[in-house]
Amino acid sequence: MAKAKDWLVAALVLLVGKRGYARRDEAPRLVSKRETDDRAERVVLALLGLSSLCALGFVVVYALDRLPAQTQLLGLALGLSLLALAGALIVAGKRLVPDEELAGEYPPAAHPAEQDAVEQLVDEGVDGISRRRLLKLGLLGAGGALGLAAITPALSFGPFLRVKELLATPWRSGRRLVDENGRPLRAADVEEKALYTAFPEGANDEEQGAPLVVVRLPKRELDLPAELAGYDADGIVAYSKICTHAGCAVSLYRAPLFRPTEPRPALVCPCHYSTFDPSTGGTVVFGPAGRPLPMLPLETDAKGYLRAKGNFDGPVGPSWWGVRNRKASS
Amino acid sequence: MVGRAQPEGELVIRGAVRFVDERTGTAPFLRKALRYLFPDHWSFLLGEVALYAFVVLVATGIYLTFFFVDSTHQVVYHGPYVPLKGQRMSEAYRSVLDLSLSVKAGLLIRQTHHWAANVFLAAIVLHLFRIFFTGAYRKPRDLTYYIGVTMLGLALLEGFMGYSLVDDLMSGMGLFIAYGVGMSIPFVGANLTAGIFGGAFPGAASLWPRLYVAHVLLLPILIGVLLTAHLVLVALKHHTQFRQRQAETERTIVGAPLWPAQTPRSLGLMVGVAGVLFLLGGLVQINPIWLWGPFHTYVSTNGAQPDWYLGWLIGALRLVPGWDFTIGGYTVVPNPFWGGVAFPLIVIGFLYFWPWIERRMTGDTGFHNVLDRPRDAPRRTAVGIAMATLVFLVLLAGSADRVTVLFGISYDAQLWLYRVLVFVGPLVAGLVTYRVCVELQRGEVVEEERRRAEGEARRAALQAQRAGRPS
Repeated sequence: MAKAKDWLVAALVLLVGKRGYARRDEAPRLVSKRETDDRAERVVLALLGLSSLCALGFVVVYALDRLPAQTQLLGLALGLSLLALAGALIVAGKRLVPDEELAGEYPPAAHPAEQDAVEQLVDEGVDGISRRRLLKLGLLGAGGALGLAAITPALSFGPFLRVKELLATPWRSGRRLVDENGRPLRAADVEEKALYTAFPEGANDEEQGAPLVVVRLPKRELDLPAELAGYDADGIVAYSKICTHAGCAVSLYRAPLFRPTEPRPALVCPCHYSTFDPSTGGTVVFGPAGRPLPMLPLETDAKGYLRAKGNFDGPVGPSWWGVRNRKASS
Repeated sequence: MVGRAQPEGELVIRGAVRFVDERTGTAPFLRKALRYLFPDHWSFLLGEVALYAFVVLVATGIYLTFFFVDSTHQVVYHGPYVPLKGQRMSEAYRSVLDLSLSVKAGLLIRQTHHWAANVFLAAIVLHLFRIFFTGAYRKPRDLTYYIGVTMLGLALLEGFMGYSLVDDLMSGMGLFIAYGVGMSIPFVGANLTAGIFGGAFPGAASLWPRLYVAHVLLLPILIGVLLTAHLVLVALKHHTQFRQRQAETERTIVGAPLWPAQTPRSLGLMVGVAGVLFLLGGLVQINPIWLWGPFHTYVSTNGAQPDWYLGWLIGALRLVPGWDFTIGGYTVVPNPFWGGVAFPLIVIGFLYFWPWIERRMTGDTGFHNVLDRPRDAPRRTAVGIAMATLVFLVLLAGSADRVTVLFGISYDAQLWLYRVLVFVGPLVAGLVTYRVCVELQRGEVVEEERRRAEGEARRAALQAQRAGRPS
C-alpha cells in the first residue's frame, strides 16, 4: 500500500512538476527567450484535456447503438475535439513559444554566372555532332509518332466518327406507347392539361431516344406546320422528352396554371428553362434551346392504343456539329 | 530523472537529428528551413485553408472509397429507407444510400467530404482574389500563379465529378448537362463526348468506372503534384509581403520563423479547419441524396441547383438566348457551347493571360517581392472587380428560378434584366472602382502633405519656444 502511494506521488511529480531544463552553456541561444507564462500553460493543458474528452466522446457515441441523432453527436464530438486542439496549438503559438519577428534576405533574383555555365555545359555536350538539325528532326519525328501511337488506344473509349449511333432511337412504325410500368397507353386515357411520359414497348427506358412527353390539346388550338401535318392522333401529340439544349428531361407542363401574359400551354425543361410550344411542333418559345423538340408521329390502333407512325422528325438529344442535316433512324 | 543534466526530451531530439543528418546530410537545410520566414497578414492564410481542406478531402475520400460501388447496374432497393423501397436504381446510388443511412459514421464522413469540397473551392477563390488584387502573381511568382489557376480548373472538375458519381436525380441531371455541353463543342464535340461516355447518353457501363477512377485517382494525384510544385515554388522564392514597416523592402523579408513561432499557428489552423468541417459535416445537412431519388434519363425536377462553385455555369447556360449558330441549316455551334464552354474559357483564359496583359500595359517586367495594395494599381483593381462582377452576376442569374418561386417575380423578366446587367454591371463596377482607387491615392497624398506641414509647424513652434519669446 505504502509502495503504491510512493509510486503515485512519483508519477504525479513526474507529470505535474515543473522541470528546470538544464541549458547547455557552451552554445549561445539561437532562439530568443520568452518568459514562462503560467496561466497560458494552464489554458493549453485545459484545452488539450477538453480535446481528449471530446475525442473519447466520439468513440463512446460510436459504440452506443440506437442513439438518436448519432451523426450530429459524432460530428459535434469530433469537431469540438479538433477545435480544442486547434485552440491549444494557437494559444501555445501566441503565448508559450518566443514570438520572434526576424528579418532575412530574399534569395537573389537570378544567377547569371551559373546560367552561362549551364548553357555552356549543354552546348559542349553535343557540339561534336555535325548533322544536328537533321538529328533534331529525326528525334522530333520519332517522338511525335510514338506519341500518336500512345494515344491511339484512347479511340476504343467510345464510338469514333460514328455519329449514326447518336441518331438511333428505338421508335419505329407500329410500336406501342407504354407507361413507366409497361402498360400500353390508350388514347382515351390521355386527358387535356396533363403531361404523360411514355416509352416504346419492349425497349430500354434509359436510352435517350426512348422517352416521350405526351399531351392532348384541343383540336382547334393545334397549329402544326405543314411538314408535321398528321403527326397528331386526334389532338394527342408526342415529343422526345429529352431537351434539345443540354439533355434534361422536359418534365414541366405549363398548364392549366400559367400567367395570362403567356399565350398558351408550354413544355418546360427545369434545368435551363427552355420552353417549347406543343401546339406548333415543339418550337422554342423561350430559353436557350436552339431547335424544336423532335416530334413523333402518332396513330390510334383499332383497340384504341397509341402507336408510333414512324420515327422522330429530327435527331433526339443535345445538338452537335451538323445535327440539323440528319434524321432520326430506327 | 528530474535532476538529470540532459533531459530525456533533448536526448530524443538529438538522436533523431543525428539519425536524419547522417543518412541524408540535410542538417544544414533543416537549420535554414526551421528559420524560414512567414510574413504576417491574415490574408496569407487563405491558401493554407485551401491546403488543409484538401487534406480533409483526401482523408474522408479514402474512407468513402471503401463503401462506394462504381456501377450503374440497375437493382431494386430493399433497404431501410421506406420511401424508396421497391424503386429501381443503380448500384452506385444504392451504395451511397447505404453509406448514408446504414453505415455508422458514414453520413458524417460523406457530409464532411461534401462540405470540405465547398470550402476548398471557396478558399481557392478567395486566395485567388488576394493574389490578384495585390499583384502577387508578378515575376518571380508567375509560374506559381499559373499552377494555381490550373488547380482551380481541376478542382471545379473534381468537385463536379464527385457529386455526379452518386447517381441521384440531381447528379444525373448535372451529368446529362455536361454531356450536352460536351456535345456542343464545334467539330470535335460529338466524338469527344461520345468517346468519354462510351456512346450516346447515358453511355456505356464503363462510364462509371471511368468517372470513378478520374475522381479518386487521376485528378487527386494531378492536384497533389501541382500542389507540391506550387508550395515548392513558394518556398524557393519566399513569400511576398506588404510594406507595413520600414524594414520590409524588395530585398529584406520580415516575418515569423517556421520554428518556433509559425509551427503551432499553422498546425492550429489545420486542425481548426478540420474541426469546423467536421462540425459542418455533423450538424449542417448537405446534399440529402435520399430525398432526390434515383436518376433515370426520363426524370428531372424543378429547382435543381449545383454546388455553389458551378452556379456561374448554370447561370451562363440559362442566360444565352435560344439560338444555335447555323450555316445553311447546318449547325456549327450548338447553344450550350456559349454558356458551358466559351464563357468559362474566357474567365479562365483571362486569369491565365492577365499577367502578360498587365506587363504589356505597364511595361513593368521587374521582380516584385513587395505587394501592391489594391489602390496602388487602379487599372488592375478595376479590371479585376469588373471581371468578378461579371462572374457574380452570371452566378446570380443562375438563381433566378428560385427568386421566381420565393418572390413571384417573372422569370423571363429577370432573365432579360440579367442579359442587360452582365454588360452594364461590370463596366460600372470597373469605372467606380478605378475612381475610388484614384481618390484613395489622392487622399493619401493630401494626408501626407498635411502631416508634413503639421510637423513643420510644430518644429517651428518648438524652435520659437526654445529661442524664448522675443520681447
